[in-house]
Amino acid sequence: MSEKTSDIDISYVAYLARLGLTEAEAAQFSAQLKDILKAVEKLNELDVTNVEPTAHAVPLTNVLRKDEVQPSIASADVMRNAPQQARGLFIVPKIVEQG
Amino acid sequence: MQYEAIIGLETHVQVKTASKMFCGCATDFGAPPNTQVCPVCLGYPGSLPVMNEEAVRKTILAGLMLGCDIARLCKWDRKNYFYPDMPKNYQISQYDMPLCRGGGVDIKLKDSREVRIGLTRIHLEEDVAKNSHFETTSGVDFNRAGLPLMEVVSEPEIKSPDEAFAYLTALKEILVSGGVSDCDMEKGQLRCDCNVSVRPVGQKEFGAKIEIKNMNTISGVRRALAYEIPRQIVALEKGEKISQETRRWDDAPGVTSVMRTKEYAHDYRYFPEPDLMPVVVSDAMLAQIRELLPELPEAKRQRFMQQYGLPEYDAGVLVTDAALAAYYEQAVRWSKNPKSISNWVTTELLGKLAEAKLTIAECPIAPPQLAELVTLIDGGQISGKIGKDVFAEMFTTGKSPSAIVKDKSLAQVSDTAAIEAFVDEAIAKNPKSVMDFKAGNQAAINFLKGQVMKLSKGKVNPQMAGEILLRKLRGS
Repeated sequence: MSEKTSDIDISYVAYLARLGLTEAEAAQFSAQLKDILKAVEKLNELDVTNVEPTAHAVPLTNVLRKDEVQPSIASADVMRNAPQQARGLFIVPKIVEQG
Repeated sequence: MQYEAIIGLETHVQVKTASKMFCGCATDFGAPPNTQVCPVCLGYPGSLPVMNEEAVRKTILAGLMLGCDIARLCKWDRKNYFYPDMPKNYQISQYDMPLCRGGGVDIKLKDSREVRIGLTRIHLEEDVAKNSHFETTSGVDFNRAGLPLMEVVSEPEIKSPDEAFAYLTALKEILVSGGVSDCDMEKGQLRCDCNVSVRPVGQKEFGAKIEIKNMNTISGVRRALAYEIPRQIVALEKGEKISQETRRWDDAPGVTSVMRTKEYAHDYRYFPEPDLMPVVVSDAMLAQIRELLPELPEAKRQRFMQQYGLPEYDAGVLVTDAALAAYYEQAVRWSKNPKSISNWVTTELLGKLAEAKLTIAECPIAPPQLAELVTLIDGGQISGKIGKDVFAEMFTTGKSPSAIVKDKSLAQVSDTAAIEAFVDEAIAKNPKSVMDFKAGNQAAINFLKGQVMKLSKGKVNPQMAGEILLRKLRGS
């Protein structure tokens, strides 16, 4: 569990987040992200051999609801934040698959 | 060189629930756009998902029907990507701890060999919004966003377009029979992506995997594969290198075309969904769901053949629709003639229903009434021919067959004296046929018998009429 913090591919990370970074920003965030990972790596000092991995701090399971229909919200409210709308649809710039 | 295809299918199936996966919005198909939405399924920041118990139970039921191992502990993850069909920029799915693993779908090959196509896993996720495209813009409808969606992933064990067709048909039949989904393809309730590669026979390594998307029907999957497999083989034979890519099936021209290459493959960065707690499947919950396990179509087919003495064809027709099979079994309970009931159901009843565009659930004839009709015919109270008229009347009026027979005086005449009167009349009116018969033309009796039926308006017992006619012709 003692992987060395590898170099961060900042342009890939920026692409995944759909962020355009200037060269200065790229250098700045690269350094900051490295520091963050270094801080997280401190956890590797702990012995967790007998600890089950979990995504939650609270030991709670099966938070379920009955299959019952609840009222939806009014159309006018649904569309209140729509940049554009037509025939009840949210209108967005034409969606084109990359490839 | 000989090549072989290796196919794996990822089938998305909408789970039948009244409300969505993580919110209480309705799931009705065909509602006006964006009328079954709320902050949760619109992906508003700060909204929190709460899981629909029924979607979990039905996915477990599907897993049990398909022989999967049901996970005792499973969790949900975020699958991250940017696309207008999912404004919160992640889809809630299951990554490394799905609800079901293993299992399989049994299919029958053309040479009637049976093989099992193994399943890798079934996981439960949320559906995304539906996009429609216009000239310069696209429209987004979130009614579908958040519907519970099961993804059934097969092992790469399918070898031909026909096997893929058989696999999907069998999978659909099983899921429908269990009430897990209606699998209505026109409503997009069953959608499929194919992974297909080819390799020279004998080669161990797989060829480059091509994913095909956008197939909307089971026969579309078969056609897409029938196009794609030879395309890859031809490319290999020309010495071209096939590299991993995603292709789109276009149904009208019947071709696949590149959608995105490997360098644009998505990097989903799955991580555990912090807003949802894991689900533990207890023994009690499993036992409860096991009680809902319906008989699988194939097992039911076998049972119908054994229990009711039906031919394979009849049994096959009856079990394709669980509601039809249930109707049949209810009718049989009131009858001593399962084969005759099957004849009526598979021919007359299905014909009338199709004609009237009704489902079996809307059938105007109750199962015991159909049984009563068969009993009337078997008991000789009415002839088979009159039976068809009575059936038509039952279908339009919903009345019981005995009431119709009584009201219209359709009862079969089995009284010897009455039949003799009709026979005498037929003989008197047709001296030429009588002469022919006596001269040795056996067929002439059929004409005379027809005349007896006609004079009685089809009401005399045909067997008795034949016997009396023969006796009179020989005797006199």
